[in-house]
Amino acid sequence: MLDTLIQGLLLGGLYALFALGLSLMFGVMRLTNTAQGDFIVLAAFAVIATVPLLAVSSWVAAVLLLPVAFGFGYALQRGVLNGTLGRDPLPSLVVTFGLSIVIQNALLEVFSADPRSLDSGGFNTRSVPLGGGLAIGALPLAIFGVALAATALLQALFDRTPLGRAFRAVSDDREIAELMGLDARHVYALATAIAFVVIGVGGALQAMRTTVAPSDGPLLLLFAFEAVIIGGMGSFWGTFAGALVLGLAQQIGFRLDPGWGIWFGHLVFLAVLVLRPHGLFPRTRG
Amino acid sequence: MSQDALIETRGLTAHYGDAQALFGIDFRLKAGEVVAIIGANGAGKSTFLKALTGLVKASRDAVRWCGRPVGSLSPAMIVRLGLAMVPEGRRLFPSLTVEENLRMGAFARRSGPWDLKRLFQLFPILEQKRRAPATALSGGQQQMVAIGRALLANPTVLLCDELSLGLAPIVIKEIYDAVPQLTREGMSLVIVEQDVGVAQRVSQRVVCFQEGRVSLEGASDALTREQISRAYFGV
Repeated sequence: MLDTLIQGLLLGGLYALFALGLSLMFGVMRLTNTAQGDFIVLAAFAVIATVPLLAVSSWVAAVLLLPVAFGFGYALQRGVLNGTLGRDPLPSLVVTFGLSIVIQNALLEVFSADPRSLDSGGFNTRSVPLGGGLAIGALPLAIFGVALAATALLQALFDRTPLGRAFRAVSDDREIAELMGLDARHVYALATAIAFVVIGVGGALQAMRTTVAPSDGPLLLLFAFEAVIIGGMGSFWGTFAGALVLGLAQQIGFRLDPGWGIWFGHLVFLAVLVLRPHGLFPRTRG
Repeated sequence: MSQDALIETRGLTAHYGDAQALFGIDFRLKAGEVVAIIGANGAGKSTFLKALTGLVKASRDAVRWCGRPVGSLSPAMIVRLGLAMVPEGRRLFPSLTVEENLRMGAFARRSGPWDLKRLFQLFPILEQKRRAPATALSGGQQQMVAIGRALLANPTVLLCDELSLGLAPIVIKEIYDAVPQLTREGMSLVIVEQDVGVAQRVSQRVVCFQEGRVSLEGASDALTREQISRAYFGV
């Protein structure tokens, strides 16, 4: 059982990386990115394509692509998504859904439907002994560490920096934030740019951990969405906690029956929606 | 358009969708002036201030800042020219503390005499409550935060939309007692005010709006109650 709990927490770390970008974009501009999962897959395939192109390792390729992810996210927000923002959430949902379809089909066209993965340089076969005959995989532990660091950095950015203050201000009241001299379109684009860096990290690590295929996007979106909802809106630590709960639920389900893993996660998600619709750790906003 | 006006509008119109809210407003504000805008609810007073700040779109030449057409600029660009606004209803950022709200006012980084230290001398209670959530303060204290946030932008022109709304008379007096200090330092003010007595007391000139038009304009100490009442209600 201890092994199941540890594996659940480590899995939750990966789900946190899937969910943090979604939480950030929704938190700043109330935009639900229904292409979140597909962008994660796109990032994974971008790293997969870069490795032979530049003749570098997967880790180097992933790091090199992070500034590209930042620029891509910024351009996407400025060029496309800013135009969908308003009181009505429907335009952003429709546009991001359209992007999801475009990404999946583009990846199918370029890479075919074959699942691919990234060589982690042996990292995925190494383990860290815990004693008592237990050991943790080095890659899952690294993923958990990256997720923890990403969550801490994002929360600190929001709570302690002028940029974070700007994010919270435009989220609270865009009109008045603009009266302070903020360019809301630029602030939104920075938020999406940062979200896409996290997406890039999540995509690269997912492809090191397992195979990825062009059609994987919707399932990853589901995990990201469930993690955000379980954790509650308004806090990155809440999202992180929600991801851990989801990972634990899935691993417990897998332990009971190999076919029950994802289903158990859905059950917990449903239970939270019914019993605590604002999530387990909501941060209330005025 | 005259060159010595800080702000000038000529034939300013404004719309909310298909509904027209302003019908050709002519207005001038000179340096160091305090002008009060009065009028009944729905007369277009707040819409006028929003048009000056770019929150409501105006035609390019309808609004000029020191002779330069600014009607089509974004609020962020207009603010950087030296305009700041205390909006109706305070509209503080609820997820920010008092100090964070105040620091947002300094976002445009205009140099000038106002900084946090000086602001806390003007409103000492805000220093005591600097780490509190802004929305946890009383109405009067929140209004001080809203004013302080605007002052930290070091504006040349300060627009104030209904400062006294929902406040006790003693709090209103405390807030308006700060106005002479601001004008002594060269700041110009446009004050939208429901209380006609207060408006006449704090300003040099009164402009009355009625159904989106200017119905009366004159020196504050020269206008009679009867004149104002006729212009206010359109009778």
